[in-house]
Amino acid sequence: MDFTLWDIVRNLLTGLQWTLALSLVAFIGGGVIGLIVMTLRISETSAFRTLARCYIELFQGTPLLMQLFLVFFGVALMGVDISPWVAALLALTLFTSAYLAEIWRGCVESISNGQWEASASLALTPFEQLRYVILPQALRIAVAPTVGFSVQVVKGTAVTSIIGFTELTKTGGMLANATFQPFMVYGFVALGYFLLCYPLSLSARYLERRLHASA
Amino acid sequence: MAYQFDFIPVLQNADLLLRGALFTLELTAIGTLLGVSVGIVGAIVRAWKIQPFSALFGVYVELIRNTPFLVQLFFIFFGLPSLGLQISEWQAAVLAMVINLGAYSTEIIRAGVQAIPRGQLEASAALAMTRLETFRYVVLVPALGKVWPALSSQIIIVMLGSAVCSQIATEELSFAANFIQSRNFRAFETYIITTLIYLFMALMIRQLLGWIGRRYIARNS
Repeated sequence: MDFTLWDIVRNLLTGLQWTLALSLVAFIGGGVIGLIVMTLRISETSAFRTLARCYIELFQGTPLLMQLFLVFFGVALMGVDISPWVAALLALTLFTSAYLAEIWRGCVESISNGQWEASASLALTPFEQLRYVILPQALRIAVAPTVGFSVQVVKGTAVTSIIGFTELTKTGGMLANATFQPFMVYGFVALGYFLLCYPLSLSARYLERRLHASA
Repeated sequence: MAYQFDFIPVLQNADLLLRGALFTLELTAIGTLLGVSVGIVGAIVRAWKIQPFSALFGVYVELIRNTPFLVQLFFIFFGLPSLGLQISEWQAAVLAMVINLGAYSTEIIRAGVQAIPRGQLEASAALAMTRLETFRYVVLVPALGKVWPALSSQIIIVMLGSAVCSQIATEELSFAANFIQSRNFRAFETYIITTLIYLFMALMIRQLLGWIGRRYIARNS
C-alpha cells in the first residue's frame, strides 16, 4: 500500500487530536488534584505537609515513563483491565498535579504574611483566608508559570506512546515503519508538537512580561 | 486483593539493574558536560547578540524546547540514517541529551549572563584583566552561580528523561528493567525497584551538584 503525503498528514492530524485531548484532560485533572496537594503542602498540620512534600518529591524525582509503567501494571494487578488511554490519563494527571502543586505553592507563599494575618483578624477560617484573600492574589502571579508548564504536559504526552497509546508520536512511529521515510515523518511529528507548544510558550512569556510591567 | 508481591526475582537481577544505572549515570555525565558547554556558548552568543549566531541559537532553542525529547531522539536515531549518517544507540542517546540540554541551558545561563551589571565589565577592564580572565572570573562563574539551582534541576530532568532512551535499545536503567520484567513477569515489582533507583540517583545528583555549586561556583562569585 502506498502512502501519499496527504495520507501521512491526515493520519498525523488524527494522532494530534488524541495528543490534544490527553493534554487537556490531564491538565484539568492535574489542576484539581494539584490544588488539593498545594493546600496540604501549606497546611498547618505537619503530617499533611510532609505527605504532600513526599508526593511532590516522588513525582518530580522519578521518570514519567516509570510512573506510566507503574500505573499501567499496578492497576492491572488489582484485577482491573486498564486501557492505555486510562493509564496514560491517570499517570499524566498525577504527574501534572505534583508540578502544579509546587508551582502554585511558590505563588501562594509569595503573598505577604500580613494578608494571612489580616484575614485571620477578620475571623475568617484558614480555608476562607486561602479561598477569598490569598488565592485571588496568587492567581495573578500563577497564570504565567502555569501556562508555561502546560508545554511540559503536552510534551509529556509523547511518552504515553510507549505504553501503546496511539497519539501523535505513536502514529508517527507506525507511519515511519510503513513508509520508510522516518526523516520526513518525524519531522512532521516534531512540527505538530511545535505548533501546539510554541503558542503556549509565547503566551507564557507575554503574560510574564505583562505581570512584571504592571507590578 | 489476592496478589502476592515477590521482589526476589527482581533482586536476583541486581547486577543488571546496577549496570543499567551506571550507564544512565555515564550518559548523564557526558550529556551534562557537553550540553552545558553548548549552553555556555549559546548563552554568550545570545546575551551579547553576536549575529548571525544569535538568531540561529534563538531558533534552535525554540525548536528544542517546544518538542518532546522522545521525538528528538527518534528523529536522530531513525531520521539521520536515512540521510546516510549511521550512529549507534548510545551515540544517538548522548546526542539527543546534549542537544536537549544545550537548548535549555542556553536560556538558563543567558539569564545569568544578562544579570551581570555592566559596571563589572568596566571594573575588570580598569583592573587590566585580560579578556580571558574577565570572561572567566567576571562573566562565566558569577553567571553560573546565579542560575546554578535552575541548571541543576534541568540536569536532573535530563537524567530522568533519559529513561525513554530504552525505546531505541540504549542499554540504560529502564532498558534493564524492561529486560528483567520480560523474563520474570514481575512487571510491577521490577518497576517499583527501578523507580526507587531513579529517585535515589536524582537525590544523589542534587546533592553532588549542590556541593559543586558551594565548593566551586558560589564561593568564587
